[in-house]
Formats: sequence, structure tokens, C-alpha cells
Amino acid sequence: MTSIALKNVSKRYGAHEVIPGLDLEIEAGELVVFVGPSGCGKSTLLRLIAGLEDVSSGQLLIDGRDATRLPPAQRGLSMVFQSYALYPHMSVRDNIAFPLKMARRSKSVIERKVNDAARVLNLQEYLDRKPRELSGGQRQRVAIGRAIVREPVAFLFDEPLSNLDAALRVNMRMEIAGLHQQLGATMIYVTHDQVEAMTLADRIVVLNAGRVEQVGTPLELYRSPATLFVAGFIGSPRMNLLGGFEARQYGAATIGIRPEHVALSSSEGRWRGKVSLAEHLGSDTFVYVDVDGLGTITVRTTGDVDVRPGDSLWVTPEETCLHRFDEHGRAIRQGPPQRH
Amino acid sequence: MASIHSRATARLMLSPAVILLLVWMAAPLVMTLWYSLHDYQLLMPRGNPFLGLENYAYFLSDPGFLQSIGNTFMLVMGVLLITVVCGVGLALLLDQPMYGRGVVRVLVVAPFFVMPTVSALVWKNMFMNPVNGLFAWMAQMFGADAIDWLAQVPLLSLTLIVAWGWLPFATLILLTALQSLDTEQKEAAEMDGANAWARFLHITLPHLSRAITVVILIQTIFLLSLFAEIFVTTNGGPGTQSSNLAYLVYSHALLRFDVGSASAGGVIAVVAANILALLLMRLVGKSLEV
Ligand SMILES: Nc1ncnc2c1ncn2[C@@H]1O[C@H](COP(=O)(O)OP(=O)(O)OP(=O)(O)O)[C@@H](O)[C@H]1O
Ligand SMILES: [Mg+2]
Repeated sequence: MTSIALKNVSKRYGAHEVIPGLDLEIEAGELVVFVGPSGCGKSTLLRLIAGLEDVSSGQLLIDGRDATRLPPAQRGLSMVFQSYALYPHMSVRDNIAFPLKMARRSKSVIERKVNDAARVLNLQEYLDRKPRELSGGQRQRVAIGRAIVREPVAFLFDEPLSNLDAALRVNMRMEIAGLHQQLGATMIYVTHDQVEAMTLADRIVVLNAGRVEQVGTPLELYRSPATLFVAGFIGSPRMNLLGGFEARQYGAATIGIRPEHVALSSSEGRWRGKVSLAEHLGSDTFVYVDVDGLGTITVRTTGDVDVRPGDSLWVTPEETCLHRFDEHGRAIRQGPPQRH
Repeated sequence: MASIHSRATARLMLSPAVILLLVWMAAPLVMTLWYSLHDYQLLMPRGNPFLGLENYAYFLSDPGFLQSIGNTFMLVMGVLLITVVCGVGLALLLDQPMYGRGVVRVLVVAPFFVMPTVSALVWKNMFMNPVNGLFAWMAQMFGADAIDWLAQVPLLSLTLIVAWGWLPFATLILLTALQSLDTEQKEAAEMDGANAWARFLHITLPHLSRAITVVILIQTIFLLSLFAEIFVTTNGGPGTQSSNLAYLVYSHALLRFDVGSASAGGVIAVVAANILALLLMRLVGKSLEV
């Protein structure tokens, strides 16, 4: 159980500033997920914590102790890479045993720990195979096995599931969640995938251009996004964002309303528009309504509504669920959203 | 080659090259075999009577024969050892980011473009010469006696000269192999607590094994028939101390003008080379399958 803290950490590549100075506290035993658009510095941040890159300035504390200048091996962290980075010429057994061999543990200890890890990860049958003889999911498990035998103080995952197909991803996601509960270890998890972030995380860190936009539990981020960026990034389909006159009515520069908080009606409502597309997912239906002067409004309704492209409909936002943002993109929290 | 049809087409397309190669190789081989069974001495034009295996017996009983086999072996192994070990070291150095890396890489490759005869003559006259050579001058600076390299340690000197010529080849192949090593693998090993030496031993070296095999196989083919360097430096001497099999065949053919026994020697060399190639394939060929 280990806490990790970053104090004003920044990272520059030459003149290019990737992370401009960032503070973050990760509590012991927490599973924290970094999300953000491509190139926003998620991997860089993870590699700074791992020690694979040197910080340009600032301080990294692991369990309250300064680890800024420690070499990677001495930080006691394990990392699972996106490419898995298994050693191709070693068998699965040797791959998992490698960190223990490097730590000069005795043969019997290595044997026992490798077998334990193999049992936890269901790898017993594959111990004597080479990585290239395994499927993607099995490779992923070997990579995790190699990470857990060292009994690290914290785990770092860099998009570990992005090479897997959808079904396997769901499985592995549950396995990682199970592993987190079983080991109770601190974990930092980088992903592109919203569903992964929402389901796995104790807390989500939303990054944008190397800056922390918001930190909070998945539901906090969903219910009360602190910035326009978070509002647009978290949630699928995206939150409807409206500017101009409609926003000014609420005393904001931009207002946002989630698709499930917009009501559809064929007879009456706030705005009238034409359905451009209706996606029937079975359980839900996503209806895209073109409203003159506002653009496309996404509406999420039950699965059994019968709308077709071309239909003329009324849409009405639920006023209590409106999100308001000022001209800097920050959420306006004081007062209930009310039309003037 | 997915289908039978495309395989047949492939064979058809390959056939001109294969036929040409066969003629090119088969004709000299058949002629060599024929000469090796007949009495054919350029200085004694008395017809070419059939001798059976007498030429072979004569070549095998040459007092320099066993030594030439040993020398061939020593030369090949020595050069392989130096080029592979130094090649790995140089490749590791050249893979590091440094100022002027492009220029340094070109410089390292340069020896490969120097003709073997030229490089051997440069080494012989400018470095290893006991009076005017650089090494002699250096020895004298420290008050030591100059070594007459080519006379005192002819085989070692030759090994050095040839290794110098082949080092760029090994370095280049190993460098390209090194650059294809996944950096995440190295980083994973770093996180797993492997120090620089352990990373080299457990990650880099296994990754290089294939390239090393290629270097060994290709160099062996060329080193077995090493001739030019010996011819322009030691002439196989002193005595036969630096003659290899190729040089012994040459001496039979063009110093003693005995085409018959030289041909027998040639056939023996081919057989020996094949045995060695088989051994090598057994020994290192396995890593090619990975
Ligand atoms: N070695 C480097 N030299 C210069 N710039 C770099 C280097 N590594 C990363 N960057 C830059 O830093 C920024 C952040 O990169 P990073 O890999 O952290 O993004 P990411 O959030 O992980 O993106 P993705 O989701 O696509 O993996 C990018 O703009 C990238 O171009
Ligand atoms: Mg990344």
C-alpha cells in the first residue's frame, strides 16, 4: 500500500513543454485512471512516475519519500506496457521469473512465486511456451504476471488492453479489477477507453495538453464536470453543448445537457427539429435531431420508440440537469440553472 | 507461394538463374575432378595418364598439409572471434546518441571498401614492418625490441589484418539488428531491476543471436578461401607457417606446376569446407529458425 504524489512536476523535450507543471496525489490502494486525448501526455506522465524519463523540474514522492532521482528499479514499481514488451526468446516461465532472478532470489522462491502467479492468471498450461506462441490475451496475462511477482508497491499500466478485441477487453478488464481487489495495491492505469475508465477507476484524472483538468470519482466527473473539456470528453454519446443566445439566457457562455436529459415529443417542446439519424441499440435509441440555429442535438431515449430520419420532433432539455460554463470554459456552480 | 500454380510459375522464373549457376559451377567442378584423377604436370608434357587416387595420396602426404588445415581453422576462428566480439562492442557504441554519429558510422564502414591486397600491403609495410612500421616505432618509444610481426607471429598478424577488413561488415549487420530491438523491452528489463550488464546479457545478446549467426556463416564462407592477404604478405611462410588450404593448392598449381595434385587439393578443400559448413549449421543454425 503506497501513496504517490507529484509536486509541480514538469517535463520538457528541448523547447517543447509536454507537461507544464502538475500536482497530483494518489492515495494508497487506489486505482487511478488517466484519460485524455491522444498526445496529451498520459504516457509521458506514467513514464515520469516509473523513472523511465527524468523530470525537468518538480518532485515525485513515493510513500512520502523523495524518489525524483531514484533509478526505475529502486522505485519498486511495476509497469505493463502497451506492447507487453515480453522477452521473445524466453519461455513464459522465464519471463515471469526474470524480475526475481534479477533480484537474486533463491531457486525455490522463484519456482513458488512463478507458480503462484501462473495460477492466479490461469497460465499454468502455457509456462513452457514462448510469447509468440500465445494469443494477445495470454500475452497480456504474462505481462501482468511479470509485474506481480516482484510484489511492487504500485502498478503502472499503459493502455494494456488496447491491442485486444472487444470481448477479450471486457474479460481482461474484470480480471484487472479482480486483481486490484485481491492485491489491494495502488494502480495507475492509462487508457483511451471511456468505459474502461468509468468501470475500473476509483478516481479518474482527466488530462488535457499536460494539465490536469479535473480529478474525481467517475460519477463526480459525469455529474458535475468542472470544465467544458471534461464535459465534452466524459460520456458517450457526447454531451450537447450550446453557445450563443440559448446560453446567454442562462447567464453562461456555453450550456451543456446530456443526451439522456433531453425529452422527445411529437407535439410540443422547446425546440423543433428534424431527425437526421436514429441509432437503435436495442436497450437505448440515440436520436440525432437537427434544430435550426442550434445544430444537432443528441437525445437518448428508450429502445422502443419509433422514430425515423426525416421525422419532425420537439426536443426539451431538463432544466435542472443543465451544465453552465463561463467564457473560460469553467463550470458555473452558484445558483440553479434558471432562464432569465 | 500460396498455390501449386504459383509455385510452378516461380520455378519457371527461377530456372534460368539456376541453370546458369549449375553450368557455371558444374563445369569447373567436373574438370577439377577429372584433373585430380590424372597425371597433369605443366612442366612435363607427357600426356595425361590416369592415376587413380595417387594425386590425393600425394596431396595428403604433403608435409604442409596438416598444418594448412590447422592454419585454415585458426584463421577462420580467430577472425570470427575478433569480428564478432569487437563488432558487438562497436555496434553498441555506434548505437548511442552522440555528436557526429553519421560521420563516425561512415568512417567505421570505410575499411570494407579497401581492397584486401591494398589493406594487407598497408599493414605489412606501414604498421608491421620491423624497421619502418608504426608498431616498431611504438615499441621503441617504450624501449622494447621491435617485433617482426610477419616473421615471428605470421598467423596472428594475418588474423589481425583480415579481421580489420571484416570488422565493418560485422559491425554494420549487428548495428542494424541492434536498432530493431524494441526499446520497451529494454525499459521493461530496466524496471525489472536488470542493470546494464544484465540487460546486455539477457535482452540484447539474445536479440543479436540471429545477426551473429548470419555474420558467422557469411564470413566463414569467405574466410575459408582466404588467399590475397597471405599472398601479398607472408607468401604462406615462413616455411608453411601461414599457409592455409587455399594457399597450399595455389602452391601445388602455380609454384610446382602440378595441376593434378592441386586439383586433388581443391576437391579436398571443397569436402572439408562442406564438413565445416555442416558443423556450423548444426552449431549455430538453430538460432536462424527463431
Ligand atoms: N521523446 C520525445 N521527444 C519529443 N517529444 C515527445 C517525446 N515523447 C513524447 N513527446 C511528445 O509529448 C506529447 C505527449 O506524448 P505522450 O506519449 O505522453 O501522449 P499520450 O497522452 O500517451 O498519447 P496516446 O494516447 O496517443 O498514447 C506528444 O505531443 C508527443 O509528441
Ligand atoms: Mg500513450
